[in-house]
Amino acid sequence: MTVAALRFAWRNLLRDLKSGEIAVLLLALLVAVASLTAVGFFTSRVGRAVNQQAGEVLAADLRLESARPIDAVYDREASRRGLRVARVLSMPSVVFHGEESTLVALRAASEGYPLRGRLKIADQPFGPGRATDGIPGPGEAWADSRLLARLGAAVGTRLAVGAHEVVVTRVLDYRPDQGAGFGDLSATLLINIDDVPATQLIQPGSRVNRAVLFAGDPGAVSDFREYLEAHRKQGERLQAVADASPQIRASSDRAGRFLSLASLVSVLLSSIAVAMAARRYASRHLDNVALMKCMGASQGFVLQQTIAQLVAVAVIVTLAGTAIGYVAQSGIAWLLRDLIRGDLPAPAADAFWLGLVTAVVILVGFALPPLLQLKRVPPARVLRRNLEPPPLRFALVYGLAIGAVLALLYWLVRDARLVSYVAAGIGGTFVVLALAGWLLVRLLNPLRSGVGVAWRYGLANIARRGRDSVVQIVAFGLGFMVLLLLALVRDDLLKEWRASLPADAPNYFMINIRPDEGDAIRTFFAGRGLPPTELVPLVRARLTAINGVPVDRIAFSSSRAAGFIEREANLTWARTLRDDNRLLAGRWWRDGDGGGARVSVEKEYAETLGLELGDTVTYDVAGEEVSARVTSLRDVRWDSFQPNFFMVFSPGVLDDVTGTLITSVHVEAGQRPALVDLVRQFPEVTIIDIDALLTQVRDVMDKAALAVQYVFLFTLAAGLMVLLAAVQATRDERRYESAMLRTLGASRSVVFKGVAAEFAALGLLAGLLASAGATVAGFFLAREIFNLTYAPDPTVWIVGIGGGALLVGAAGLLAARSVVTQPPVATLRQTQ
Amino acid sequence: MGASGAGKSTLLALLAGLDEPTTGSIRLAGSELTTLDEDGRAAVRARHVGFVFQSFHLLPSLTALENVMLPLELAGRGDARKTALEVLGRVGLGGRVGHYPRQLSGGEQQRVAIARAFVTEPDVLFADEPTGNLDAATGERIMDLLFGLNTAVGATLVLVTHDRTLASRCGRIIRLDAGRIVEG
Repeated sequence: MTVAALRFAWRNLLRDLKSGEIAVLLLALLVAVASLTAVGFFTSRVGRAVNQQAGEVLAADLRLESARPIDAVYDREASRRGLRVARVLSMPSVVFHGEESTLVALRAASEGYPLRGRLKIADQPFGPGRATDGIPGPGEAWADSRLLARLGAAVGTRLAVGAHEVVVTRVLDYRPDQGAGFGDLSATLLINIDDVPATQLIQPGSRVNRAVLFAGDPGAVSDFREYLEAHRKQGERLQAVADASPQIRASSDRAGRFLSLASLVSVLLSSIAVAMAARRYASRHLDNVALMKCMGASQGFVLQQTIAQLVAVAVIVTLAGTAIGYVAQSGIAWLLRDLIRGDLPAPAADAFWLGLVTAVVILVGFALPPLLQLKRVPPARVLRRNLEPPPLRFALVYGLAIGAVLALLYWLVRDARLVSYVAAGIGGTFVVLALAGWLLVRLLNPLRSGVGVAWRYGLANIARRGRDSVVQIVAFGLGFMVLLLLALVRDDLLKEWRASLPADAPNYFMINIRPDEGDAIRTFFAGRGLPPTELVPLVRARLTAINGVPVDRIAFSSSRAAGFIEREANLTWARTLRDDNRLLAGRWWRDGDGGGARVSVEKEYAETLGLELGDTVTYDVAGEEVSARVTSLRDVRWDSFQPNFFMVFSPGVLDDVTGTLITSVHVEAGQRPALVDLVRQFPEVTIIDIDALLTQVRDVMDKAALAVQYVFLFTLAAGLMVLLAAVQATRDERRYESAMLRTLGASRSVVFKGVAAEFAALGLLAGLLASAGATVAGFFLAREIFNLTYAPDPTVWIVGIGGGALLVGAAGLLAARSVVTQPPVATLRQTQ
Repeated sequence: MGASGAGKSTLLALLAGLDEPTTGSIRLAGSELTTLDEDGRAAVRARHVGFVFQSFHLLPSLTALENVMLPLELAGRGDARKTALEVLGRVGLGGRVGHYPRQLSGGEQQRVAIARAFVTEPDVLFADEPTGNLDAATGERIMDLLFGLNTAVGATLVLVTHDRTLASRCGRIIRLDAGRIVEG
């Protein structure tokens, strides 16, 4: 590349910038880069948090976990080998502050915890955290900020934990084993392990997770790992850091990929705007280039300076776009602040490369083909205006664009199969939306005869620029649709679901009821005017074999199945089929039918594990092997909020096993004090407030939805860029038309109204498309996922159509204003 | 000279190497144009040729000064700004160098175009109906300027026109009709 071409390109670029010739191209590219880098920076922060914390995610080097008490022989052996040891115990429980109660993840730790990483504490809820090496003393507790907020408690408050009382002395800000990235729902209450007996929370069969932590120098740890592998008992699970972190990484990667794909929609729309702007730029510059050639510029010179300009544009946009993306990512982090445990480190610079790649790929895929045309302009065009460069090959234009999109997609998700699914999904959606948009544009035509001159002019414009109109409708329609779906339809579905629940549906679960206390609980219920309750047995067990094949030798395809195997399962037995269960296949048992040990399996659970009628499952129940034959499959209505189970055994199979009882009950607001008395009288019983739990789930969904909506705001910005590009592309035409109209006697306001009508109608169509799309999606979700009948919400249509017409109308009017306000004489003189 | 459609512009395009003849050969400033490719012809134009058009062909996004600087920049000349300012002064537009074409009258626009044509001091200047879009009085002043500068620079002026008075100021008149030379 010659110096002359570079200097010329630079000067040309400055001139184009000054005259606004490439403003839309730059802005559209900026939206694309900012949208992708915002998500890129955010996911890089989460990713770095995951990596930083990966080493401390177990709070140890090795962690031995079990649902049952773990023998102290391991602790002694580890100490003998010079390893540090600590014990942790965790269980779901309910804590009380006066009459306020909430579900917590209760953790009890021994001196020395955590062995890796450090706890962080604060003096005030949500106050600044500082690292500490201690743990709460006996009678003390450290509580999560969220927990204190939920209970209306503060540092110094006394909380009832089972039969014991503790004083909150610190706010727990961070613990290494809380899991990086997206944490669980319950707030943590950390107490001293010596306080556990006083709480009386642990009874045979209680849902307790016990763990022994080990740490030391790598050689000793690895030797001890071998020792544990050889000596550990059934049901004792061993985890090393290397095993634990990939799972965490996978879940944060998934969230990152999802957000990246959401931002890719903005990138696609921006690319369309870039292509439109580049086409316009090229056609505006045909004369200039012909003239340059006339003055002696070679084809190579034209090509070099075009490419030099593109490179400069890519660099400028990457710098500015990543700067905007950097600012915007803090918005995502802020919206998701409650879902992210711990502090996020500063983002890595990788997102800058993402920005550069995005800018280059879009420019090559979408802007280069029309600009390549410039090279081939015949110089004789200076004498004969009708001489055009030879048209570009169709395959080149679309091939480059599609190739660019696929390359970007692959760069983002790094998974060829996912790329093909997403590409098919995006392609399909665009085709459907484009067809719908085209249909809407066609439907406008008959309307023209019935409206005034301004509207007729506006509607005629939409039809005349059919292809551009469809692109604009699709661009805005897509953005609006996602926002409507997330903001309104989601809310409607939740409301519908709530309304579908009977008023007396249970609102409290009670777990950890000792079998010998069943009668006492029933008597307590009757005495306090609570409805009679059915106490259902619950036995914790681990699935060990299917049809005699140990589960660790079976390759399960889904990660969900692996999770089922990993965790202890809840089993029950029943004489009769519950009302909220429906038999899908096989037969239910009858008393005394002599069929032996049988089990009925919930349909989806059976599908996940690949279980079929006639299969035999074997469980390890407290060290005993229990096998049963699958004789029926059931469908379960989980939202009856009754105690329901994946696996229901026939009577007699689990009789000898010590389990606990579980029940659910509807408690009126006025009867809530009875719950406080219940916990005082039966401290080991854990009460789960379903309403509070649903509120928590909803809270998480709201925040996640907000973050996704935020990302889709970029989609609206991209839609705006498409509109700007379209207005810019038609600027000369519009200027000429408006001059003609005014010469023919139309007032300025008529021309103005015409433009307003055009864009309002475009926005209206986009809103119509969006509302229809959101409603169809709502119907689909309601029927297929929630089993509800969805009544379309008029608000969706009002907001969609009204908002669309208003936003696009205003934006279009602003963009096209200058064209209309120019005096007609000036325009006609120029175009002579 | 010649009526509309006589082939004047085609001849001009061929002479300047903007177009290629189907048969025959064209020599310009010592170069055989028909043996050169498009870039080769562009190089010849860059060294030897200037243009003035009927519709001025100024770049609307560039100021008067930037328009005049353009051919110098294309030739990679470092003193583009200074030379362009000087020539603009000579055509009487020293006070309007920062204006865009749309802010200039027709006569002023053509003067910018003339400045642009002469700024490289070409050997041959092609002018295609340079007064076609101007009123008679302005046209006359423009032609005075064109001939004056031409004499000063010592270039060969090839002028396409159908104005007899204008043609009479030229050294040789070639008349075209239906693509053929009928006189000269």
